[in-house]
Amino acid sequence: MTEVTYLEAIRRAMWEEMERDPRVILLGEDVGLYGGAFKVTAGFLERFGKDRIIDTPISEEGYTGVAIGASFNGLRPVVEYQFIDFIANAFNMITNFAAKSRYRWGAGVPIVMRGPAGGGVRAGPFHSQNPEMHFVHTPGIKVVAPATVADARGLLKAAIRDEDPVLYLEHKKLYRHVKASLAELESAEDVVPIGRALVRRRGEDIVVVTYSAMLYVALEAAEILAKEGIELEVIDLRSLVPLDKECVLESVRRVNKVMILHEDTRTGGMAGEIAAIVAEEAFDDLDGPIVRVTAPDTPVPYAAALEDAFIPRAEDVVRAARRLAAY
Amino acid sequence: MTDVIMPQMGESIAEGTVTKWHKKVGDRVERDEPLFEISTDKVDTEIPSPTSGILSEIRVGEGQTVPINTVVGVIGEKVAEARVEAPPPPSPAHPPAPPTPPPTPSATSERGHRSSPLVRRMAREQKIDLLTLSGSGQGGRVTKQDVLKHLESRATASSEAAEVPAPAPVAAATSQGRVEIAPMSAIRKSIAEHMVQSRRTSAHVTTVFEADVSRIVQARESLKGTFEKEEGVKLTYTPFLVRAVIAALKSFPALNASIEGDRILYRKDYNIGVAVSLEGGLIVPVVHHADEKSFLGLARAVSDLAERARGKKLKPEEVQGGTFTVTNPGPYGSLFGTPIINQPQVAILGVGGIHKRPVVVNDAIAVRSMVYLALSFDHRLVDGAVADQFMADVKRRLEGWDEKIL
Repeated sequence: MTEVTYLEAIRRAMWEEMERDPRVILLGEDVGLYGGAFKVTAGFLERFGKDRIIDTPISEEGYTGVAIGASFNGLRPVVEYQFIDFIANAFNMITNFAAKSRYRWGAGVPIVMRGPAGGGVRAGPFHSQNPEMHFVHTPGIKVVAPATVADARGLLKAAIRDEDPVLYLEHKKLYRHVKASLAELESAEDVVPIGRALVRRRGEDIVVVTYSAMLYVALEAAEILAKEGIELEVIDLRSLVPLDKECVLESVRRVNKVMILHEDTRTGGMAGEIAAIVAEEAFDDLDGPIVRVTAPDTPVPYAAALEDAFIPRAEDVVRAARRLAAY
Repeated sequence: MTDVIMPQMGESIAEGTVTKWHKKVGDRVERDEPLFEISTDKVDTEIPSPTSGILSEIRVGEGQTVPINTVVGVIGEKVAEARVEAPPPPSPAHPPAPPTPPPTPSATSERGHRSSPLVRRMAREQKIDLLTLSGSGQGGRVTKQDVLKHLESRATASSEAAEVPAPAPVAAATSQGRVEIAPMSAIRKSIAEHMVQSRRTSAHVTTVFEADVSRIVQARESLKGTFEKEEGVKLTYTPFLVRAVIAALKSFPALNASIEGDRILYRKDYNIGVAVSLEGGLIVPVVHHADEKSFLGLARAVSDLAERARGKKLKPEEVQGGTFTVTNPGPYGSLFGTPIINQPQVAILGVGGIHKRPVVVNDAIAVRSMVYLALSFDHRLVDGAVADQFMADVKRRLEGWDEKIL
């Protein structure tokens, strides 16, 4: 049985889109000759040539600007940041230009910005971050964060076909850890619509709203808690912008207790935003406080023990869920 | 002795909640062994023991929230004499003494007072008084599960028993003004329930008659001494009234009846309830088969029941099965009242005070012993004409009293 990894799914999405649409090009550091730092684009240069697979200098702002300009000229560029942490260097280009272009001039910017996010691989404070909230906060950018093999492919295809800038966050820990059979992938949705969350597990006691790698932490905790008679419902947001708040509210209205789980740090995180939405729109449906399980407000530690303590683990979810269930 | 303090688990954290003690007072604990668990804004964690020894005191119990650096327990060589699970006095060991936290209400006193928005909404929609529920949540909180269980048991109860109407809304004791709050006694609750239920059940109408009872007053005055001496029974007006009522009931069976669904039950027994006021309440013992008794037997039964009612020695069957009730608010000076029917009966006769009044007899003013008789009847079953004919009959019998009583 052929297995497909999360990384392979990303590769396939780009490959298939490039085969389908000659306007799709790739830009980034080492994406061509070297095949990408994580080998996502291995073989692309040979297949699609140097006009479509462009190795860039170490200048995130520069090649993001190039991608935006190319998109104005009819191409559909996919920009790879070697580590998503360095998207910070392109912050101005993304937030002040790409995000506002359609609003200011009616000019859509159909680019995809993708790169490895997240920790858990002992990569330290500059190669482990989750920068989604800078962009979630900026109107004009879509943000997606797939957790499964099928979503990795389906959301990237949707992002490439989208008429506006999409930040595509791939979790580096999932690259080779998450797998699906080829048959499973082939039977899955080819293009996953952006802005649609999914209930991954049904439960009646607590809804855990999460995304990206934390999906697996939530599911692991759900297994442990099920033995104690506490049933978690697990929602995989998949898209942060636009947010499928109806999916969240629907579960909250039925289950009445909600926990939001993410690997990003706490203050100003997605959890706070979802908590606010729930409090505003489903206050009368709450049977307990809205609980957040997140990383603490510190840089991502390098030391293994500290990184383990930093990233939420199943036991953190279990403990918080027990308290909330008993509330 | 080593103080165990609420640690500061982060820069901006000012307080923490003890969620669990791993040791009981008197337990031995080793240094670095998990001693208790806390929960703060940011983290839930186990706190290791700062030293080895005996946990001699727990000052902050599970569920209590205290400022950081508060002494939550003490480790020593032996168990402290008095251990109080209350906020400690400022400890000299920690000069910037934390403000004394407000005492955390106990689970019991919180019960039913704390709940979630969801629970309050469910209570509103389902008309549940949350104060009647006991909470299984943290600190006695009423949870969704508690409400669901309550609804389930309520559904079962109402399908088993006839629906008991909800008690009438009662104004809550407010904080305005000075008030003493007392629990209702069982008898008071029962009276309250019956009164409201009766008003809701029957279409109450009261008709008032005036009767000249001079003959009865005369008869009683002349015989009460002998009666008491020879029979050992105090002669009251009650047996006279009951006697007249029974005779009239036989002519007007609609007054000695009850309604069951859409059927009328005409009662062939004449079981007459006689209201007896007690300290803090009122009870209606029943003279069963009152029509089969002689005057003396009736007098004796009424006196006996009243006495035992006051001594709380009535048997259950002696307050059940009544078919008609006589109540007597007269002794306190009332002219007449409008009594509430004792369910499932359909009428009740209220007897006012007997007073001498000037009345016109044969176009002359005479001084006579007069009484107002007020009959409350259930207009569903008893028409006004029937009620008045019944009352006219009672009046006639009282006024023309000619029965020998001894």
